[in-house]
Amino acid sequence: MKQQLRGNVADFADKLAAVGIRAQESNSLAGIAIQLQLKSKDWDFAAQIAAQYNLRWSAIWGDHQPPNIVIKVLFFGADGHLLLQTEVTEESPELTTQTPYFIAANRPERYLRDMFGVQFLENSDQRRWIRHQAWAETDFPLRQDFPVAGRPLENTAPDNGYPFAPVAGEGVYEIPVGPVHAGIIEPGHFRFQAMGEDILRLEERLGYVHKGIEKIVVGRDLEGLIRLSGRVSGDSTVAHSWAACQAAEHALGIEPPPRALILRAIFSERERIANHLGDIGAICNDVGFAFAQYQTSRLRELWQRQNQAVFGHRLLMDMLVVGGISADLSEDAAVSMQNEISQLRIELEELLPLLLESPSLQDRLLDYAILTPEDAQRLGAVGYVGRASNLQDDLRRDAPYAPYDQLKVKVPAFSEGDLTSRLRVRGEEIFVSLSLLSQLLQRLPAGDLTVNYSLPDHETEGIGLVEGWRGETLAYLRLDNQGNVLRYFPRDPSWLTWQSLEMMLDGVIVPDFPVCNKSVNGSYAGHDL
Amino acid sequence: MFGIYNKIRRTGCVTEPFSVSDDPIAELGAACQKEIAARFSGSLAIRMVDAGSCNGCELEMHAVNNSFYDIERFGIHFVASPRHADLLLVTGVVSRHMQEALKRTYAAIPAPKLVVAMGDCAGHGGEFGISYASCGPVSNVIPVDAIIPGCPPTPIALMQGILQLLRQKREKNG
Repeated sequence: MKQQLRGNVADFADKLAAVGIRAQESNSLAGIAIQLQLKSKDWDFAAQIAAQYNLRWSAIWGDHQPPNIVIKVLFFGADGHLLLQTEVTEESPELTTQTPYFIAANRPERYLRDMFGVQFLENSDQRRWIRHQAWAETDFPLRQDFPVAGRPLENTAPDNGYPFAPVAGEGVYEIPVGPVHAGIIEPGHFRFQAMGEDILRLEERLGYVHKGIEKIVVGRDLEGLIRLSGRVSGDSTVAHSWAACQAAEHALGIEPPPRALILRAIFSERERIANHLGDIGAICNDVGFAFAQYQTSRLRELWQRQNQAVFGHRLLMDMLVVGGISADLSEDAAVSMQNEISQLRIELEELLPLLLESPSLQDRLLDYAILTPEDAQRLGAVGYVGRASNLQDDLRRDAPYAPYDQLKVKVPAFSEGDLTSRLRVRGEEIFVSLSLLSQLLQRLPAGDLTVNYSLPDHETEGIGLVEGWRGETLAYLRLDNQGNVLRYFPRDPSWLTWQSLEMMLDGVIVPDFPVCNKSVNGSYAGHDL
Repeated sequence: MFGIYNKIRRTGCVTEPFSVSDDPIAELGAACQKEIAARFSGSLAIRMVDAGSCNGCELEMHAVNNSFYDIERFGIHFVASPRHADLLLVTGVVSRHMQEALKRTYAAIPAPKLVVAMGDCAGHGGEFGISYASCGPVSNVIPVDAIIPGCPPTPIALMQGILQLLRQKREKNG
């Protein structure tokens, strides 16, 4: 029941040629179906063509290689990923914006402006995005001549003057929320314009936990890179470290042993289940249905204890290394894990219907805070947010990487796009993951945990793309001739879901915002870097 | 509705006696409960601030509230406003974008107040250290009374850390 008719990327060069755009094909990056080098003047036309063929806009990132800044943008089509690349000079770094065709490009382009000084012309929104007051407007932290220590003042001023879009009218008022929120949650700012209790408009302001990950990683060896990648977003430690490992392995031209690949998938599915359990309870708790919270936090705790007992870390941090994994699974532990899987399935088969059939809970969740399938597609929402609005992308099925290329991955989806759908899709995904885990354990071959490799003697680059629990997770990596990091860019899937929160508040009242936010559960840390 | 009651009945009480490690924690817990009773009128209120965490510490902070650890039984609970707090629990290095927010939250907590830096980042800078974007550990921005090591600290380590700080304060103050 694939809803959207997404175009192919295989003949994208021909599609461009048909409208007079010449692109040079390359195949320097393993794992990317099509890679094209464009002239900078063709940048927005290429996006226009991509939009015509209904490709999903995925990511944009820069790389300062003096005297140029290399810009790469990634799209996703029915037959895989398409990478477009161009260069601008550091003297006049200008490109035309892709935002008229893809709204998801807005914040990432502004991020590039703040970090590299690349100007995106013809975008009406020229406000800063990641920059608050920690560096000057004329400084660009990801330029090579910017020192990692920066030029900070002893006290960084709060970012009071950000120009939120105003809403005027009698009785309209503003509610500023954050950066410090009421609960145990990451910091960010939400600016509501409200009339009575009704939300007229919400604008997000992120960047509070910007820690300079892309800058401090430069010069690290592979071990240091992977340790850092596991801390881009703590709840997605497996996803980000897998993407980074995959990027490094593509760059080095190595393949981890089969046992390591299967165990990586086991880590990844365990991470998905742990987070979905937490979210299901938290969504219900945000409308006062504490029963669900107590039940799923109990199940999550048992799940995390098994992680600790078997692999030595409750969140599975530092389980992956370039070329393989660092923790093994004994036969006894595999048996106990199969029991745990059956046990959790029994618990959820009992628990989830209680939630979905509870009138008092569904009264708050059903047909409320709707992200329409059209809006989801316009944004290119990924993960459970997309799938609750019938946008079904899942790299495990649609661009499978080992070991998922050997498995059949079912992708649950709903077309309602309401809070209930975002709750249900998580429940369904847990069942899919439980079944995958069971199959992975049965297929676990004997063998090595890592493959030996030698460091490169030349500069090399690679991309990693995995389906984390939040959705498509990307890592781009460029290594120097000794295997140290020149450029690492992790793109958390939250970049493609945060905006959906602003789009689902039609008819929603201010007190219901927390449950809407939880239903999206974007990563602040993964976004802010 | 009966389904829900039935599930609650069959789940029973999973809260564990607090004596998982070698440390005599149950004793410590009781001692600290006494301390909380004397100094904080029976309840210690915590305001948390993520000053630049990866969110790993927050996950374990949530966990101390689950039925297994149930930190509230010792009179310790999390509050929304710093005005209601006795203790500020900070995670992450302090990003420069959060520096002022952290200082204002600290200032808003009535004295006497305690500050705990949770995790290796908050304690020592962890993976992120000091840079154009990060002030480094919490002690570079506000005074810190205790550090709880770990990446992230387990729920047990978090509870131990808080309870040990209370005991130290008790010993110091006689």
